[in-house]
Amino acid sequence: MLMINLILILLVGGLLAMLSERFGSHVPRMVALAVVLLDLVYLLLALSGLPELGGLQAPVPGDPQTWLMHYRAEWIPAFGISFEFALDGISLLMVLLTLVLGAVAVSSSWTDVTTKCGFFEANLLWTLAGVLGVFMALDLFLFFLFWEVMLIPMYFMIAIWGHEQRAYAAMKFFIFTQASGLLMLVSVLTLATIHQSNTGVWSFSYFDLLNTQMAAQTAYWLMLGFFVAFVVKLPGFPFHTWLPDAHTQAPTAGSVILAGVLLKTGAYGLIRFAVPLFPEASIDFAPIALWLGAAGVVYGAVLAFAQTDFKRLIAYSSVSHMGFVLLGVYAWNQLALQGAVMQMVAHGFSTAALFMIAGSLQERLHTRDMREMGGLWHNMPRMGAVAMFFIIASLGLPGLGNFVAEFLVLLGLFQVDPWLTMIAALGLITGAAYSLLLMQRSFQGEPDESRRLNDFGTREMLTMALMMVALIGLGLYPQPVLDMAQPVLDGLLQFSATVVGGQL
Amino acid sequence: MRQLIGLIPLIPLLSSVCLMLLGGRLPRLWIGLLGVGSVGLAALLTGLTAVDFLANPEPFQLTLWVWMQVGNFAPGVAFYFDGLTLVMMSVITGVGFLIHLFSTEFMEEDKSYARYFAYLNMFVAAMLILVMADNLLLLYLGWEGVGVCSYLLVGFWYQNSANGQAARKAFIVTRIGDTAMALGLFLLFTELGTLNIQALGVAANETWQVGDKLPLIACLLLLAGAVGKSAQLPLHTWLPDAMAGPTPVSALIHAATMVTAGVYLIARTHELYLLAPIAMIAVALVGLSTSLMAAFTALTQRDIKRILAYSTISQIGYMFLALGVGAWSAGVFHLMTHAFFKALLFLGSGAIIHCLHHEHDIFKMGGLRTRMPVTFWSFMIGSAALAALPMTSGFFSKDQILLQAYQVDGIGPWLWLGGLLGALLTAIYSFRLVFVVFFGKANTEPDRDTGWRMALPLSLLCALALFGGWIMLPVAEVFPTASGLHPAHWVEYVSIAVPIVGVVIAYLVFYSGQLRVDGLLNMPLMQSLQRFWYSGWGLDALYDRLFVRPYYALAALFKGEPVDAVYGLIVAINQTLNGWLAEGQSGQMRRYLISMVFGLIVVLAIMLGAF
Repeated sequence: MLMINLILILLVGGLLAMLSERFGSHVPRMVALAVVLLDLVYLLLALSGLPELGGLQAPVPGDPQTWLMHYRAEWIPAFGISFEFALDGISLLMVLLTLVLGAVAVSSSWTDVTTKCGFFEANLLWTLAGVLGVFMALDLFLFFLFWEVMLIPMYFMIAIWGHEQRAYAAMKFFIFTQASGLLMLVSVLTLATIHQSNTGVWSFSYFDLLNTQMAAQTAYWLMLGFFVAFVVKLPGFPFHTWLPDAHTQAPTAGSVILAGVLLKTGAYGLIRFAVPLFPEASIDFAPIALWLGAAGVVYGAVLAFAQTDFKRLIAYSSVSHMGFVLLGVYAWNQLALQGAVMQMVAHGFSTAALFMIAGSLQERLHTRDMREMGGLWHNMPRMGAVAMFFIIASLGLPGLGNFVAEFLVLLGLFQVDPWLTMIAALGLITGAAYSLLLMQRSFQGEPDESRRLNDFGTREMLTMALMMVALIGLGLYPQPVLDMAQPVLDGLLQFSATVVGGQL
Repeated sequence: MRQLIGLIPLIPLLSSVCLMLLGGRLPRLWIGLLGVGSVGLAALLTGLTAVDFLANPEPFQLTLWVWMQVGNFAPGVAFYFDGLTLVMMSVITGVGFLIHLFSTEFMEEDKSYARYFAYLNMFVAAMLILVMADNLLLLYLGWEGVGVCSYLLVGFWYQNSANGQAARKAFIVTRIGDTAMALGLFLLFTELGTLNIQALGVAANETWQVGDKLPLIACLLLLAGAVGKSAQLPLHTWLPDAMAGPTPVSALIHAATMVTAGVYLIARTHELYLLAPIAMIAVALVGLSTSLMAAFTALTQRDIKRILAYSTISQIGYMFLALGVGAWSAGVFHLMTHAFFKALLFLGSGAIIHCLHHEHDIFKMGGLRTRMPVTFWSFMIGSAALAALPMTSGFFSKDQILLQAYQVDGIGPWLWLGGLLGALLTAIYSFRLVFVVFFGKANTEPDRDTGWRMALPLSLLCALALFGGWIMLPVAEVFPTASGLHPAHWVEYVSIAVPIVGVVIAYLVFYSGQLRVDGLLNMPLMQSLQRFWYSGWGLDALYDRLFVRPYYALAALFKGEPVDAVYGLIVAINQTLNGWLAEGQSGQMRRYLISMVFGLIVVLAIMLGAF
């Protein structure tokens, strides 16, 4: 029940936030913050009752009893569709990340959103609910449902509260996600049909559909359906072009959620579904996926370097960073997978913070164009120092979370393909180039003395401090996160090894 | 006592964090006390550890925690302490302390006093971690950490875009080397299963034979990292520009400590290099060619800091030469003496710049001998040591390097000759600087003299630069011993004589004017050669054409997102189709009737055809 409650709290909370607007336009955000924190506290309390997380045995992918939590109730029994939720280390990590960044997103909407505040916070909470559903649903039909649920409120957030080109960006975001989602739906339905014709039983349960026997050709096509849906979301090259528009046009809280959480659903889907459901097809496909990953790393970095729009630059840096996730997943060994998981968490924090800084700049300067900035450190030393921290984190300074992630991915990848590692490692150099350029153009250089700008206040500094501490913690002592993911990854690696008799 | 070495990097780090968080609110005195005191305390602890260690010279290891563990990849936040670590830590904290003290006066009037010491303290912490790390990953943390601090300090006066440009260049050029080094780490871990430096040495000797391909690749990758950090060919171009930072920063980071990290790295991993003789030769050749290239360049510069910067590049070239010929302890010895005399020279130049209204051009100085006596003597002693005049510290270290280079089979005498040429040039350019700046007629009057916080560090460094050559390095256990053979006496005499000749030449040309070189210098060939050297052998322009501009062009080419054009095409096709179909909805009854009849005919035809 815990898992359903987590989602219900957010759904109902969203409704409450919307209704609470009648008491004043500042009330909804307080309600929203309270709801997210309540959800977080509820989860943490429930977790304290569970057996020790670190000492867990590896959950067997096909056996729900070995997972941390499992819940199942009938929904449409005729087709074997059920409310099936389960939680293991990786989904738990993602749920925690979602709720923490959810709180951050509410905080970043504090002064940014001034119209229809109630409906905005409602959409924010409903998006979070959809994301939690995606991370916990283990019935493929239900999973698809949540996949769509998180899309629609997000669409509204961009389309209503976005910037000057919001309609175009929102539509593009919707079509990309929707079209690729349909491919996944076709794959899901076909997979269930094959399972039915093999066994005579309808089921959409992940645990039943693993190990479904089918022709190699069929598996390859079905795998592609999942892959495309997830890689569009990730986003991976060459399906990333919706992202710069959506991120740039979305309101700050929307960007935070998009970059911090929504992108991770794609990565999660690859690890959870695309590879385990079709291990053999994934082996055949891995070289292509790896090349797409490396291409994304370099391409994203080059395009980030070319941008003049502060937010767009950060958006392209996400394309580059998510390339590492793709590399990590398809290198499919312990090191690289741990790196991918780590990247999901660390990138969530660093990019969310950078988007908040972008939002604060837009709020104060009414522009995102870096050609109109410069010397802002002089006007806002606190914001400058904070920006410096996150820019350095995002270029992968050792001691901060992003470094651990990228190093592990590359180290794992090197064991699979040293030459590709060399290409991906170019991302370290190009990453430094665009990151430092961002700093130079906005905060360094000749200041405009006539500007009167408010520096970061207490609320903003608190939010930023939270993310700084998180990144330093992840960078210097990543073991808690690694330990949470380790049993799950071990289980997946063992599972794929028994199916295909080796590594990807 | 030995457990306390963990505190040595921690104290400056904590001080740095304090200064970042509270900096704006603390009075200047407190900031200075915190910034200087933390490094002083670290130096004191290093001294205590040294006493303890020298009494019982047994290397030891201290693990604070396991950084990350994934399978058998489990690098620790762990320190390894031996004689080499001790030498490096002493230089960092000792020279570092003096430079911090100097900075309190140099930066006195700067608005961002706290920010300066926050960065500088953080640098000391990162540099200490670099040399104390027991595994290559933690070393890499320090390695990147000092890189970021260098970036922050080069661009310290951020309001001038040129400084930002120099800072970015410093970071990105070194990052190219760092990335190669990271690949080296991947290779070493994949092949040997560990990144612990001591364990790597053992495992490499068990797994590989001398001359194997893999150790060669690994060593070349590490060399690429070292070349970037230590500003050697072909990645040295960032260092002259990095002089944009405050001068004490140049003394600490770009002369005494960070730029020698590459030397430390190679010395630390010498077990690997011994398995790759070709990599050793590469190290020696990189060192020698850099040394000569930079010495020629230094000869033509006018900016006092750029002269010293090229001189640093050149001297680190000597250290690389030493490492390449297997003279490990001589290389580290030169690292130490160079830290003394080059810090001295940089601080001296800082004093001049401070007292001379930020003047950098040596030809606008002159006659400072009587006006700034402390600085004059600093420069005399520093330049004597740099030129390796007998009995100065630089003499002992450089002499060792040249003699050991001579003994290498085959190319040894050639390396020695090259080194001698470098030594001659060094003597000429360093005393050119002294004669032009301190003698002759005064072109600019200083507006003040140095206070005690500048004079004291200068005096102490003078003593070290003079007598540092007598220090016995406790590194006998760390490195394999060099051969006991001695080259012929004439080799030794020539090595001693050449720098003296250089000083005499400088005297004749730049002081007494008895040796007239104008005619030679004004020949067209020499003119263009000078311009070539002045520009740093045209490498900046070359890299600009080869890498920087193409990258900008590439970025500009892709800026419009070509991938999106594909999706744009899909949209365009849909819109065209939509246009065609929309035409059908014209509202004209007769068109609808025609199409209805047409449709009926088609349907009928199909039905009839089906029957």
